[in-house]
Amino acid sequence: MAVCERHEELYEELDSYIDQVKDKPGILIGVLHKAQEIFGWLPQEVQEHVAEKLNLPVSEVYGVVTFYNHFSTKPKGKNEIKVCLGTACYVKGADRVMDRMLEELGVQLEEVTPDGLFSVHAVRCLGACSMAPVVLVGEKDFYGKVTPDMVTKIISAYKRGGSHE
Amino acid sequence: MALTTNSILICAGGGCISAGEESVKQAFERKLKEYGLDSVVSVVETGCMGACSLGPLAVVYPDGVYYQKLTPKAAEKIVEEHILKGRIVPQYLFEGSKDKLTVEEKAAPSEIPFFARQVKIALRNVGVVDPLNIEEYIARDGYFALNKALTKMTPEDVIKEIKDSGLRGRGGAGFPTAIKWDIARKQKSDVKYMICNADEGDPGAFMDRSVLEGDPHSIVEAMTIAGYAIGAQKGFVYVRAEYPLAIERLGKAIETAHEYGFLGENIMGSNFSFDIEIRIGAGAFVCGEETALMQSVEGKRGQPKVKPPFPAEKGLWGKPSVINNVETLAMVAPIILRGASWFRQYGTEKSPGTKVFALAGKIKNTGLVEVPMGITLRELLYEIGGGHPQGKQIKAVQTGGPSGGVIPAEYFDTPVDYESLAKLGAIMGSGGMIVLDEDDCMVDVAKFFLGFTVEESCGKCTPCREGTKVMHDLLEKITSGEGAMEDIDKLEQLAQIVRDSSLCGLGQTAPNPVLSTLKYYRHEYEAHVKDSMCLSKKCKAFISYVIAPDKCTGCTACARVCPSSAIYGEVRKVHEIDQDACIRCGSCIEVCRFGAISKVTPAVENVVSK
Amino acid sequence: MSKVKSLEELMKIKEEALQNIKMRESGKRGKIVVAMGTCGIAAGAKDTLKAIVEDLNELKIDDISVVQSGCMGLCEVEPTIEVSLEGQEPIVYGHVTPENAKRIIRSHILEGKVVSDLIVKRGEV
Repeated sequence: MAVCERHEELYEELDSYIDQVKDKPGILIGVLHKAQEIFGWLPQEVQEHVAEKLNLPVSEVYGVVTFYNHFSTKPKGKNEIKVCLGTACYVKGADRVMDRMLEELGVQLEEVTPDGLFSVHAVRCLGACSMAPVVLVGEKDFYGKVTPDMVTKIISAYKRGGSHE
Repeated sequence: MALTTNSILICAGGGCISAGEESVKQAFERKLKEYGLDSVVSVVETGCMGACSLGPLAVVYPDGVYYQKLTPKAAEKIVEEHILKGRIVPQYLFEGSKDKLTVEEKAAPSEIPFFARQVKIALRNVGVVDPLNIEEYIARDGYFALNKALTKMTPEDVIKEIKDSGLRGRGGAGFPTAIKWDIARKQKSDVKYMICNADEGDPGAFMDRSVLEGDPHSIVEAMTIAGYAIGAQKGFVYVRAEYPLAIERLGKAIETAHEYGFLGENIMGSNFSFDIEIRIGAGAFVCGEETALMQSVEGKRGQPKVKPPFPAEKGLWGKPSVINNVETLAMVAPIILRGASWFRQYGTEKSPGTKVFALAGKIKNTGLVEVPMGITLRELLYEIGGGHPQGKQIKAVQTGGPSGGVIPAEYFDTPVDYESLAKLGAIMGSGGMIVLDEDDCMVDVAKFFLGFTVEESCGKCTPCREGTKVMHDLLEKITSGEGAMEDIDKLEQLAQIVRDSSLCGLGQTAPNPVLSTLKYYRHEYEAHVKDSMCLSKKCKAFISYVIAPDKCTGCTACARVCPSSAIYGEVRKVHEIDQDACIRCGSCIEVCRFGAISKVTPAVENVVSK
Repeated sequence: MSKVKSLEELMKIKEEALQNIKMRESGKRGKIVVAMGTCGIAAGAKDTLKAIVEDLNELKIDDISVVQSGCMGLCEVEPTIEVSLEGQEPIVYGHVTPENAKRIIRSHILEGKVVSDLIVKRGEV
């Protein structure tokens, strides 16, 4: 597994979070958010660990993980590129931005680039419709009114050092 | 990025006009357009700059370079040299003294009538207050409604005020807010919950995000008032994970509200106690449905339940619960503070108050607007929205997202309220309006929404899970050139079945995009099937890219950009497109500076011999 | 912060807040509000904010405060800022790229001349 070297540390971080919140009812989704934030995705091991800590059947955890789009059972790139395919973005040509993004990085949707730096995901509406088409890199770097020709520039900003600014 | 980075200010004083300012301005605009710079560089007329003898004058910003005695040729040169390459054109540089010049706008500023017709209630503080500063919120009468409710009103009084205001749910269905509150109030239960639905899932709607980001305290205050009215001790805000900034700011607002005693034990010295917790969604459209949302708050798969029992009777963890959406709640404090009749002065008899709309798609002024209900679509789209950005004809507007329908241009004089839109086969929905023009194929739009619901169907009931899938397959068939006339009938029939037999709102409304496009644009469906034509030239199966021999200069730009090497031709000779190799990506059209490439429907036979 | 227990206390906060806002504007000559909703950020409002702060520092202007707010609705012309100087009606500017921000500071703030070609709205939003 990709997370081996910091394995123990990461689990400790997750456990200390779980200990804080485990008395709140219905906190599973919150814990999974935290787990995905720590590990980047939700491998089977992590799901089993969460189930054990929260005293839930693994099947229930798995059921929740697979129900929601936000949770991923596959690894993601260091920089997650989200191309919005909501209605406003779609009518403004987001499909072409997506095509160019995949072509530029030479990957399929949700596949990680060989250097581990990028993966491209389609999302449904980021709520910035007035700036359509919109691309989000990571959690906070929004790009508005994106044209296919801007794709190269957006990607290159993350190639060195791996993240923006 | 397509932002205005340069401005060219042209003097439109009397002297300059008589020296030919008009033709200079046109030359600027023409040349900018030719280089595709018209969206990046704005050309603005100003009042007299004061050096009339040297006119026409212009200033190029941001550099602040002044030019004099301009001609159309000079304008072209300035675009090519100064704007494009950053080289100042010395030939036309202003020779007089700049200190004597005044650069001011014409008598009427270039202001947009965007704001004039708006009435801001839900958005009253958005963009005005610092969202992280509670005192700025208080300075604008924040938490005064809560104080009034707690000290001068009984819970029943609060419900009555909301009832008299006629406030209806702004999240889609338009259910009267006070009825929910009243039912929950009357339940006998030691525990009740107040939930805010901030799972703004409709693609195209972003008013809830804007309120949470720009005025989070208004939601904290309204939820506390609602909690007091129904007798809840605990509130949840269910926010979608895609809104990190909203989550962050709402979290801070809750924290500060605690410090000031607007949340927690004995709020403002009363014996009412209330607390709010944020629950983050995880990307499931169906969670906008209230029973599914509650499942998700409980940490489970967000699958809807059969109603009744309604949430107000048996909701979260089996306890009476009220769910209101963000925009609805944002209306609450002003209603309590200023009274029901104040609210009723806006809007219509059955749909009182204002509604926030998110304008997006093919419209000039994209953004959020709040207007009194009953305004016509035409006023909304043309007066406030500014019409089409390139002046093309607006074909239709799509409202209500995947649950809504399209409204064609001939109905634009319809007043916008819950009933009128429903009559047209569309819905108000959460207020997302996507403007479509002649380049948007209605069959493709229907397919887009169906693709959305297929993915977002929770899978619990068969009509929705299987029905939407089959509908999507039929649409795929029609748009890829495999369709038959009977497929259109089958699609319509299936749409009605899914609408009538699905368990929850998602399935019941999922066929709306198909039904409404069939109602108004059946001829487009038929053109796909009968004539192999996509009238909007959108569906790839029915179009070809062709090069006009009389316009092609053989510059090879298209051949170089073509990703599938489908364009042939020698330098300075007319190029041709190999239709078999062409993947119809459209890159060639974008790079052609001579307007030589166009799309045609139906698709043409291949003429290139290899 | 002690908890607010009565209408009188709430009124007091409101009055103080209003006065604070005034005092801030009299001690300070005015303020620049940068719209920092998601749409503004998507249009580059972060860079605009940075440029404004840097430019004010560079020009040693310390009587103008810089604050952020949510989206004011007209996303088409984002990034937007509002400049209000004491005794004058506030001006909302659109398309405020870092370069345009510098122009606004130099012209509007320093010389008192509004930048007419970028005006979106005059007066309160």
